[in-house]
Amino acid sequence: MMTNERAGGVNRRDFLAASGTTAIGAAMVVGSGTLLLPSQGWGMELKALKPETMATMIQMARDIYPHDRVPDKFYAKAMRAHDDAAADDAEKLAFFEDGIADLNGKSGDGGYLGLGWEADRVALLRDMEDSDFFQAMRGSLVVGLYNQKALWPLFGYEGASAHKGGYIERGFDDIEWV
Amino acid sequence: MAAPYDLNDDSVVVIIGSGAGGGTLGNELAQKGIDTVILEAGGRHEAEDFINDEWASFGQLAWLDKRTTSGDWRVATDFSGLPAWIVKAVGGSTTHWAGASLRFQEHEWKALTNYGEVAGANLLDWPISGEEMAPYYDKAEDKMGVTNTHGIPPLPGNNNYKVFEAGAKKLGYERVHTGNMAINSQDRDGRTHCQQSGFCFQGCKFSAKWSTLYTEIPKGEATGKLEVRPQAHVLQIQHDADGKVTGVLYADKDGNQHVQKARVVAVAGNSIESPRLLLNSSSSMFPDGLANSSGQVGKNYMRHMTASVYASFDKPVNFYRGTTMAGIIQDESIHNPDRGFVGGYEMETLALGLPFMAAFLNPGGWGREFAAAMDNYDHMAGMWIVGEDMPQETNAITLSEEKDQYGLPAPNVHFSDHANDVAMRNHAWTQGMAIYDAVGATQTYPTPPYPSTHNLGTNRMSADAKDGVVNKWGQSHDIANLFISDGSQFTTGAAENPTLTIVSLAIRQADYIAEQMGQKAI
Repeated sequence: MMTNERAGGVNRRDFLAASGTTAIGAAMVVGSGTLLLPSQGWGMELKALKPETMATMIQMARDIYPHDRVPDKFYAKAMRAHDDAAADDAEKLAFFEDGIADLNGKSGDGGYLGLGWEADRVALLRDMEDSDFFQAMRGSLVVGLYNQKALWPLFGYEGASAHKGGYIERGFDDIEWV
Repeated sequence: MAAPYDLNDDSVVVIIGSGAGGGTLGNELAQKGIDTVILEAGGRHEAEDFINDEWASFGQLAWLDKRTTSGDWRVATDFSGLPAWIVKAVGGSTTHWAGASLRFQEHEWKALTNYGEVAGANLLDWPISGEEMAPYYDKAEDKMGVTNTHGIPPLPGNNNYKVFEAGAKKLGYERVHTGNMAINSQDRDGRTHCQQSGFCFQGCKFSAKWSTLYTEIPKGEATGKLEVRPQAHVLQIQHDADGKVTGVLYADKDGNQHVQKARVVAVAGNSIESPRLLLNSSSSMFPDGLANSSGQVGKNYMRHMTASVYASFDKPVNFYRGTTMAGIIQDESIHNPDRGFVGGYEMETLALGLPFMAAFLNPGGWGREFAAAMDNYDHMAGMWIVGEDMPQETNAITLSEEKDQYGLPAPNVHFSDHANDVAMRNHAWTQGMAIYDAVGATQTYPTPPYPSTHNLGTNRMSADAKDGVVNKWGQSHDIANLFISDGSQFTTGAAENPTLTIVSLAIRQADYIAEQMGQKAI
């Protein structure tokens, strides 16, 4: 089972008060060219994508692979590659901005982040799951999310073992419940 | 030490590929004093260079040249550019393989005789018997250090095996053990024993798992009769006006092209590249490709009936620890048509790391169901299922419209399941899930096939030249000094992991090549 990562860092209300930023979604705030995850003491500067777009992409990423004990920053790191790509490529920039604009358009007045229930958001995603935009998002997460070494302990995966001598003395056959 | 041979030396045997077939053949010939050059498309990464990281290792070892796919198999949708998970490196796919080393069963050598005609299948008997192969299996098992043979003790069972074994016994299965594995259970042949690192697929950093990279190849090199030339990617096999092969054209690491002359050429590039090379070597004399008078080059592509079953439990398993595939249930490997299909299948333990589990558990899957399964990662057990698939002439390697980095037609891999494959897979999924349910699984996941690791049959062996590409020695029916030395010569696939049989055939083929050279027949 997954273990909790301890939330740390900045107090969200203090942060909002001090920085002239705008709350967006449940846990993110945007400033000029930045997206901040105050409860996790983590933020990202954006090179090309609008912060609001990135915030929506992060929520969409979580809805595609919803791990309730994985903090937003891991999804944000997975999505950052798209911002990097968009900075060098106007077509990619338009691809993601248009994709999110389209998603917001289908989501009603409050946009995608205004939909409070995962089921409502996922229903929209199911309708578009064959689209290039959805598949680009999902496909990038398979490696971009699950290949983050810092994430592996949350799933109980221990990664490289040879430098520790393998598991021959470290529990390769340690379960007793069968 | 390693002998460098001149490009114009036309006395050498040239082997294309350094894996189970090519690496073994190279050493066997060198041991007999025959001058041999192995041309290997990939680079040479020694065991200490291997990486305990799934994606990074994949980048280091996998064959990632251009390939296309077609057919109704899910791999063509989910991994359209990656039909196979095989290796481009010295040692070939013996760097990546899991080590399972099983002999064919007697009935599997004669599939047509024992199964009868199967509609839509291109079944044929092997022109070799189990009895004829037995002494070569003995030699291969001894060479590779296969556990549970020749007095070599079994590997210990890991956590994944404990769950698997307990479930199997509750279902009444009897042939359940930690496998016949070419992984040292004790120090042997100058190599240490398994350290249970859990990274068999990424190249064993301890060299406990047999690979030609650090067994056959250095032993061959030590004779002074074997040169292994890495990053030498063969583009074409050349022939003379008499229709005998004379050498091969290859590109070196900088893309410069050379011709290595040869007395004999043996092709061992795995079942996608080997037929592609024959097809790409067409000429005015051989317009359909070399050794293709039967029209069977590239046809009858087999990949084994495969599937996986993973299961979640309410207690931890940590199945990624320890030998990846040291666990087997053999009760279903028999031929019993009452189950609704011909041939049989083996069930073998399997674990993936978290990154590959995300990629392969249910490719394309997403949402809370998928995420919930991943959340259970360290509470999971898993098995791989490998069974005999039907050779079909329409399943084939052909030349694609798309080109590779050398401007040559890339291979297209076309595959659709036969009804027998589907029936066997459904049976295997049911049994696999029942095994885990019997020990309290809270969820089970019938997982579809991965990109192929067992690629077979595309230059098949036949008694009659009109039915296949090579004779019982792997010698092409059409060209006496052209041999096939990999799994592409398989007439049928049997239920077993193919490496032991490929190695056994290579040992046997080396005897034949030496004899034929001695008689000046080739």
